[in-house]
Amino acid sequence: MSPILIAEQVLNGLQFGVMLFLMAAGLTLIFGVMGLINLAHGSLYMIGAFAAAAVAGATGSFLLALGAALVAAALAGAIVELVVIRRLYDKDHLDQVLATFALILIFSEGTRWLFGSFPLYLDIPDWLSGPVTLPGGIQYPLYRLALICVGLLVALGLWLLITRTRVGIRIRAGENDREMIAALGVDIGKLYTLVFALGAGLAGLAGALVGAIQSVQVGMGEPVLILAFVVIVIGGIGSIKGALVGALLVGLTDTLGGIFLPELFKLFTDDAAGATATGSAFASMAIYILMAAVLVWRPTGLYGAKA
Amino acid sequence: MNREAMLNAAVLLALVAVPGWALWAGEPFTITLATRAVIFALAAVGLNIALGLGGMVSLGHAVYFGVGGYAMGILAWHAQSYTPLVEALAIPGTKSMPVIWLVAVISSALAALVIGVLALRTSGVYFIMITLAFGQMVYFFAISWPAYGGEDGLSIYVRNGFPGLNTLVPVQFYGLCLMVLLAVLALNWRLARSPFGLALNAARQVPQRVETVGLDPTRVKLVALVISGAVTGLAGALFADLNRFVSTTMLSWQMSGEIMVFVIIGGVGRLFGPVVGAGLYVILEHFLGDLSDYWQVFLGLILLAVVLFGRGGLVGIVAGRARTHG
Amino acid sequence: MAEVVLSTRGITKRFGAVTASEDISLDLRAGEIHAVIGPNGAGKSTLIAQICGGLAPDAGRVEFLGRDVTARPVRARARMGLARTFQISALAMEDTVLQNALLGALGASGRPWRFLRGVLTERSLRDRAEAALARVGLDDVAAVRTAELSHGQRRLLEVAVALTLAPRAFVMDEPMAGLGSEGSERLTTLLGSLRREAPILLVEHDMDAVFALADRVSVLVYGRVIATGTLDEIRADPAVREAYLGDAA
Repeated sequence: MSPILIAEQVLNGLQFGVMLFLMAAGLTLIFGVMGLINLAHGSLYMIGAFAAAAVAGATGSFLLALGAALVAAALAGAIVELVVIRRLYDKDHLDQVLATFALILIFSEGTRWLFGSFPLYLDIPDWLSGPVTLPGGIQYPLYRLALICVGLLVALGLWLLITRTRVGIRIRAGENDREMIAALGVDIGKLYTLVFALGAGLAGLAGALVGAIQSVQVGMGEPVLILAFVVIVIGGIGSIKGALVGALLVGLTDTLGGIFLPELFKLFTDDAAGATATGSAFASMAIYILMAAVLVWRPTGLYGAKA
Repeated sequence: MNREAMLNAAVLLALVAVPGWALWAGEPFTITLATRAVIFALAAVGLNIALGLGGMVSLGHAVYFGVGGYAMGILAWHAQSYTPLVEALAIPGTKSMPVIWLVAVISSALAALVIGVLALRTSGVYFIMITLAFGQMVYFFAISWPAYGGEDGLSIYVRNGFPGLNTLVPVQFYGLCLMVLLAVLALNWRLARSPFGLALNAARQVPQRVETVGLDPTRVKLVALVISGAVTGLAGALFADLNRFVSTTMLSWQMSGEIMVFVIIGGVGRLFGPVVGAGLYVILEHFLGDLSDYWQVFLGLILLAVVLFGRGGLVGIVAGRARTHG
Repeated sequence: MAEVVLSTRGITKRFGAVTASEDISLDLRAGEIHAVIGPNGAGKSTLIAQICGGLAPDAGRVEFLGRDVTARPVRARARMGLARTFQISALAMEDTVLQNALLGALGASGRPWRFLRGVLTERSLRDRAEAALARVGLDDVAAVRTAELSHGQRRLLEVAVALTLAPRAFVMDEPMAGLGSEGSERLTTLLGSLRREAPILLVEHDMDAVFALADRVSVLVYGRVIATGTLDEIRADPAVREAYLGDAA
């Protein structure tokens, strides 16, 4: 296996990781501030992808499509927060799980109703397609490189937002003490809607960006949602830094595991096809094993508060 | 007799009467639907032991359902293809339900033990996310493991046998499933009143108290999760036998969500809650499914209404008053 | 001098820059009630958590029945006979009063792994639970749901659950908290009669109860024990007068 191939796979892992970060950051923020577990976060990812595909289809503009994804998902998030989610803050986790599971059913079937069961396609625009040559002679798709940059920029932006702005200060205060922030005269209802819409917008953006390299279809959000949960368990709930580290770990483990484990299995047997199949089966478990290891080592995650 | 007991008796009566009515009304397909409801109810009774008694919000019960299903699929597939299950020891597959059930129960209990040991290191929202994640792990493993059908699943041509019954006759298979459900309900009833049930019940409400009387609440919960997984695994074996087919759908996160929906719309912690919930689900699926391909939108709305306005599920609405144990 | 049942030897616990317990050495002797008093924030809860388990001290030891139990978990200490009551009642509210007492009896029996037999049919558990309820005067409400009990009755049930463990020592975290004068008097009488069965480490705010019950008193201020002695010695101690009782005494 050549170093160039490995470098490519590391980049793929990074790209996967930063997209997971966009999902996980919103989820962990929503949990940290409102104490809510939101299974419908994957639906917001899907909404972003569908909005982008629809707008790209109508206008041909990729940037407009991305803007539409952000706005549609954030808007859907804000509406859902106002209508359903805010009734759940004082309820237990079981109720939150069920209500947001109900939202998945409504969003998924509703989308199928509107768009049908066939996948839509979102094309990479010309100005982002094709490979670029990186130092060391690595040929890498420009679009995927752009995804890595966008993801890292969003991470930087979130960090600035949380640490440097008034809204960020309020968010952090809300994480520590709901009553205190209410006592400070901040309209907590508005803050919650804002945080939820922000998380939703990030999920929608991720859906649109990934939608251009995969197909856009109903049910695309939930597998990503569950991976984002793995990220959060690894990183520690409520921590943006944990979400970033966890997302990159998961992205790299999954991508590299898929390459190296079949190779590893080939060392032990002459049956190359069988080794590839067995290796792939175990590679699909690699990130969960990583999660299990973190659970044994630090049950509250790498950056989670100690129980 | 209080209202919950009356409701339970009515449900029981309906379950016994269904096949008679179906044959009389000339709607034999109803028996298959009822069998589906009874098997879902069994899966949900399993979850209710973890959720209702133990307070563990497991969003990964499809693992046990699917492991039970694959236990049936793998054993029966080896039997029908005349290939040994374990080549080195020349252990054959089997078409015998009692043996399949035993294997299903043991393997799903083991799965619950492994997942439980890890997931119970945490609690609350972590527990939910971890059980969901491990469910996805088993799902992807089953998809990428080529030996037993992968994504296509395994078809079993003839339903497995039970001594003294012709399981190919729908009424007989229904009766068998109903007997299993009733036996497990009886077990559930006794469990809730046993010393173990007392400890589990307290571990859900006040774990620190359980600890200060010298017991280990985590171990109590772990044992409950293993029992819960075993029951859901048994349901999985029956479900695979009903369809004569097993696939990764049984392991999917949607399945986990659905099993939980059965428990919730019926009533958490109520003995017959899962039975009522599964019955209602199958009825909705059948009638709303006829009206619209997108019937799950309505299911979602009903579920939202139950969560937001109707705590206690259907049994709670009928029987009123919060549950008590013992 | 009576035998020492429970003791701490120089336990210290820090949370960041805050020292919650500083070199605390206390002992509880057979037949006595030893009260620990101190203002809010003096570190009483931290002290109890280290004595009963659940919080490991940074330094020092906890000894119970002559054995070092510092590294043992809560349940191991409970099985040795260390019974604690909680400041905020930790009872299974959905269950009946009898079921709460039965849980204690079940813990004491150490055999929770029985799945099919009705717990109410187990004579030995039931006798033990009912005896404890009778002792605190809750036998007539045994079938009532705990959530329906008055605050005072819940405090009594806390003591009853502790009694089912047939303890060698009690650690009670503000058992009088939130009780009216009648409730306090009743509980004071009860605790006074318990000391013959097992000594009580009584962490308490209610000074009337402390003066009525305590054989010895330790005063905890800012995580340190500034004085230990009989009531008279404590009353006369200048450090206590200055740091705790102030000029009001």
